[in-house]
Amino acid sequence: MDSVEINQRHTRQLGLTYSFLSDTRAEVIRRYDLLHAGGGPGGTDISRPGEFLVDKQGVVRWLNLTDNLSVRARPEQLLKAFDEMSGKTAAN
Amino acid sequence: MNRRFNWPIWVGFLLVLAGLLTYPFFVQFPVTRDFPWANLLILLAGAFVLGDGLVRAFRQREIYHGRILGSALAVLSLFVIGFFAFAAFYVVRQLPASKGAPHLGQKAPQFTLPDQDGKPVALADLASANWAVLLIFYRGHW
Repeated sequence: MDSVEINQRHTRQLGLTYSFLSDTRAEVIRRYDLLHAGGGPGGTDISRPGEFLVDKQGVVRWLNLTDNLSVRARPEQLLKAFDEMSGKTAAN
Repeated sequence: MNRRFNWPIWVGFLLVLAGLLTYPFFVQFPVTRDFPWANLLILLAGAFVLGDGLVRAFRQREIYHGRILGSALAVLSLFVIGFFAFAAFYVVRQLPASKGAPHLGQKAPQFTLPDQDGKPVALADLASANWAVLLIFYRGHW
């Protein structure tokens, strides 16, 4: 929900090259049913964490909706999801 | 005879405080963040040392100070441990069920949002131009 300006500052400071999209009115957050009403600083609305791996046709092939804020997807889990999606097996 | 300074009640209490205050440090590493065992160990160590100090204060009151102070530090420590347990095990789980989020095999809802340079980015364009798209709904807050 951060603004374009905040995202620009963040990505430049951290040297990030991937896209940071700004959803200031939480429209997409709501479309994905990820709104955590009152869960943000000062009781503001915020997104709950969520990750979705989407293929070329726009279909969700993997997702992670943690039930604990402290526990997020590890890079190994994501890489495994990528491998499974591309048809690689453990034997390859 | 002067009674001895009851160091365990202080060391125990400081360890309990450390168990709470080192949370922002340990939270940087997934292995100590997913389950806060490092903080719990420090809190437990603090509780044991403080407990030892209380035992000395009450059972060896001719030798050690600390009945009143030790009891006060023990009560404070209980609050600190209770607060930690509440925050680390209850508050972090207060998340909405999000039953309406897209399931496996469903189409991800379309959207167009501005990126960090203000350029509009559409999911459909990202998906068709790449092998896959990883959408991360990032929450920069507890």
